[in-house]
Amino acid sequence: MASKPRVKLPKSVNKGQVVQIKTLIPHKMETGRRKNKKGGKIPRFIINKVEATFNGKPVITADFHPAVSANPYFSFYARVEESGTFKFVWTDDKGGKVTTSKKVAVK
Amino acid sequence: MIGRKILLAVAIMGLGITIGFTNNASIAVADEAEKRAKDPRNKHFIVGEIKSGYVYMTSQTRDMQDDDFANPAFVWVDTGEELWNKVNGTAGKSCASCHKSAAKSMKGVANTFPRYDPKTKRMIAMQAYVNRHLGEKMGAKKWKWESEQMLAMTIYLKLQSRGMPVKSIINDQNRATLAPFLAKGKKFFEQRRGLLDMSCKHCHEDYVGNMARSNVLSMGMPNGFPTYRLQWQKPGSIHRRFSGCNKSIRAKPYKRGSEEYTNLEFYLIHRSAGLKWETPAVRN
Amino acid sequence: MSNSIRKSENTLERRDVLKLLGLGTVAAATGSIVSSDALATPDSAAKLISKLSGTSSYKSGKITLKMPEIAENGATVPLTVRVDSPMSAGNYVKSIHLAAEKNPNPEVASFHLTPASGKAEISTRMRLGKTQNVIAVAVMSDGSVHRVSRLVKVTIGGCGG
Repeated sequence: MASKPRVKLPKSVNKGQVVQIKTLIPHKMETGRRKNKKGGKIPRFIINKVEATFNGKPVITADFHPAVSANPYFSFYARVEESGTFKFVWTDDKGGKVTTSKKVAVK
Repeated sequence: MIGRKILLAVAIMGLGITIGFTNNASIAVADEAEKRAKDPRNKHFIVGEIKSGYVYMTSQTRDMQDDDFANPAFVWVDTGEELWNKVNGTAGKSCASCHKSAAKSMKGVANTFPRYDPKTKRMIAMQAYVNRHLGEKMGAKKWKWESEQMLAMTIYLKLQSRGMPVKSIINDQNRATLAPFLAKGKKFFEQRRGLLDMSCKHCHEDYVGNMARSNVLSMGMPNGFPTYRLQWQKPGSIHRRFSGCNKSIRAKPYKRGSEEYTNLEFYLIHRSAGLKWETPAVRN
Repeated sequence: MSNSIRKSENTLERRDVLKLLGLGTVAAATGSIVSSDALATPDSAAKLISKLSGTSSYKSGKITLKMPEIAENGATVPLTVRVDSPMSAGNYVKSIHLAAEKNPNPEVASFHLTPASGKAEISTRMRLGKTQNVIAVAVMSDGSVHRVSRLVKVTIGGCGG
């Protein structure tokens, strides 16, 4: 149902401050190793990539494999030198993308 | 025949002798149990003899519950809030149309379910009541008990009671009506059932604090439900937990919203009075 | 109760009871192992790490991996990996890789950082099918690679369902 990701980061920071960014997105992260009631394999379906950029420039990219838990939680840090927008993109095995953005202001 | 072999398995479980452990692992597990018992956070989750499931969790699991961002159940809280504000059904209303702010109107509602239903002359659980409400007041379709919508809505509703003490709805006026259902719930709790011939009471009262393999047996308190269970990798209702527990002892599980489980839930809430509502909790 | 010694369908061998008790274990929780496929080995994990980092010669000291000693449940095991680095344009962590020695597959996750990361510290949650070592390596901008591993005990719960 809801594939709405959650992102937590401060709204305003000092110039050059390094902030922690926390993200969480609901997703089953189906490993492809489970069997359904009839004995057939449930196909793999996971989020395999998370990309974070700031004002268009890459900050960090994560490649996920099925060993990442369901409802993937991913936190990292970013140095903020100027006001702008963080953009987050989650990509799944079928190429589907979920995107969200958050603005940050430098005091 | 069966009896002795089952009793052996039960005894092994019940007396906390873990099966198949190396020396190393069982020492680590015992250290871990001690660590949990000494966690300074415990004092907020114990009232007299009653302990919340929180005190049986590892430090990392507690960290997950303590942080509303790290707690995966909050994804469902967000969905619940969306549903609260969304127009749904032929009446063209949303929950907010009549109930306005959930934080105000639903505060304390966790303590009012299961409640007595004069129509059926039985107790009715929150999920069943929500469905009736959806149909009668909004002309909307019902939601399945463990559906994303029902989980989201019940978590969102109960969240509004978080931090409040669990309080039984029984008072002098309604005691005559409600006491029989409480008694039925208590009877279920104490009744042996299934291939393993065990009752809820065995694990959740007699052997509390002991290990069933690597799980520490909790008191079976309901104050965190619907809870995010690591085992399920999603939130689930307390009736789902009842069903799983019954299956684990090879007893026939009852349906969600059945009289048996609704009365049991009623009894458990009564039994947990004093603990604070933690929904949505994080449990193993 | 009948005194008959004859085995009816109701009789369970002790191993059957233990198997029944074992349902709802870590295997179901991780949603991973149901068939008896081959698991990763320390060897395959080492090969993977070597391939990802481009070397088999590792340093230690700058990278730490924080994980619980005992996992509450193998389906969701939190971890934090931290690398001591100024994360400046000339001196930063380029990538961090995680591998598991005894999961069905050794791959877990890889992270590609930039100086804009500011601090080389990442947290996530992973699935562990059984007690095993988790390995983390950090590839630095100067080409050096730091490695650390952590043993996490994953036990089978008794409260399935």
